[in-house]
Amino acid sequence: MNDTTQSSQGVGLVVRGLRKSFDGQEVLKGIDLAVRPGEIFVIMGPSGSGKSVLLKHLIGLETPDAGEILVNGDPISAPETAAKYRMALVFQSGALLNSLTVGENVGLYLAEHRLKPPAEIERIVAEKLADVGLKDVMHKMPAELSGGMKKRAAIARALVIEPQLILYDEPTSELDPVSAVVIGNEILELNRRIRVTSLVVSHDRDLAFGVADRIAVIAEGRILTVGTPAEVKNFQDPLVQNFLTADFKRAS
Amino acid sequence: MFRNIGEIILLFWRTLLALPQTWRQRQKVFDQFFEIGNASLLMVCVLSFFIGGVIALNFGPVLVEHSMASVVGGVVGLALAKELAPVMMAILIAGRIGSAMAAEIGSMSVYQEVDALRTMNINPIHYLVLPRVLAISLALPMLVVFSVLVGWFGGAVVANYNHLMDIPFRVFFANLRDIVELQDVANGVFKSFCFAVIVGVVSCHQGLTTIGGPRGIGRSVTKAVVNSIVLIVIFDYLLTRFLLK
Ligand SMILES: Nc1ncnc2c1ncn2[C@@H]1O[C@H](COP(=O)(O)OP(=O)(O)O)[C@@H](O)[C@H]1O
Ligand SMILES: [Mg+2]
Repeated sequence: MNDTTQSSQGVGLVVRGLRKSFDGQEVLKGIDLAVRPGEIFVIMGPSGSGKSVLLKHLIGLETPDAGEILVNGDPISAPETAAKYRMALVFQSGALLNSLTVGENVGLYLAEHRLKPPAEIERIVAEKLADVGLKDVMHKMPAELSGGMKKRAAIARALVIEPQLILYDEPTSELDPVSAVVIGNEILELNRRIRVTSLVVSHDRDLAFGVADRIAVIAEGRILTVGTPAEVKNFQDPLVQNFLTADFKRAS
Repeated sequence: MFRNIGEIILLFWRTLLALPQTWRQRQKVFDQFFEIGNASLLMVCVLSFFIGGVIALNFGPVLVEHSMASVVGGVVGLALAKELAPVMMAILIAGRIGSAMAAEIGSMSVYQEVDALRTMNINPIHYLVLPRVLAISLALPMLVVFSVLVGWFGGAVVANYNHLMDIPFRVFFANLRDIVELQDVANGVFKSFCFAVIVGVVSCHQGLTTIGGPRGIGRSVTKAVVNSIVLIVIFDYLLTRFLLK
């Protein structure tokens, strides 16, 4: 699109034997995953299956009880790793800071770390907002945006980091079908343009099969299967098939 | 509450370690400082006037009856400077500012804004806690000086116009100057500085540990205010007993 959206090479991600309990309740029961550099990997599963908890581990917001997480082979728990790779999480709710304008939110990372002068930050913010299709929102407050616009602003905020790995938590939840497709296309487009490794967590079957290079199905803290969309569709497991085919029971 | 004391001390320590970030965060410190001033100056004024007045009203007539009219100014002056202004203003600020801090940071925790900061490598202690604790520690001592002056004035007005006392302003303030030393005011101001740190750290800690949606935020606000007030009263005794002779 333009020069500053340089191709940041996506990183690979490996998760081995990840376990986590809260108050004696085991939420993640030994997760193994390997996400390849530059791919769109979707983790699909019902609500409460541990998807958000998994994402928080991947970005270092939670520490595992057991197991390890490697980014390009470096353990995420090491302080050097955090400095070496740029990763961003797009929260389910967007998690924009309510007391800041949308523009300040998007530019927060650059401003707080004094990475660029203010004028330059403003230019980058405008550019990233345009990248996600948002116009004239720079000086608005997050409360004035619709749900879909908030999520797109959150994606813009993630893009400012020039991430090598973007984690999306339920990017289409609470959105109308059209906005959901727009977000899905956004994820595809970003992946193609900056080759960023994209890990999408969702219970939205349409989104998963629409954007994924590979899909993992998670239920009750365990990965049931991993494969291409076609492979997953044909995976003969009652839990997986139930999740993939559950539908309303109205006679047509 | 006492289960959290360790965590609160830890947050206090981390805030101290964050002090080198002050210059970077100066804009936020100023913003918070003026917000505190705006939110509380008028209340401090009204409250202090009446506190001074009621002290004069409570002790003045008794002292006059025992022909000690000349010490009313000193009694009101000391009571305000050493005890009432610091403690009452700290409690007022806990209710007015501590509650707001707990609510704001609490809602940021609940709605994952604090997590979002962490994922951007922005330390919530630098970004949220430090500016608030600094601003309140700066603002409360200044408010206390102001409160002491207004309180003295309130005491003087009541001592002058109450028919049981009829103590002229000149006599009241001459006695106050005789008895109250700068050290007494300084002690009160120092106590208020400690109270401010308590309110700031306790409220921010409560905000950062908020869980469970809007009801959780409500709970946090209540806890922040109640815990602050309990600690203010306990520390008031300890500081007065051990530090300020
Ligand atoms: N911080 C926490 N403390 C206790 N339980 C938690 C915590 N975070 C998540 N859980 C529990 O873990 C389970 C999985 O949650 P989550 O990962 O949010 O599910 P989802 O797949 O819908 O994103 C839920 O039962 C939730 O209650
Ligand atoms: Mg979730």
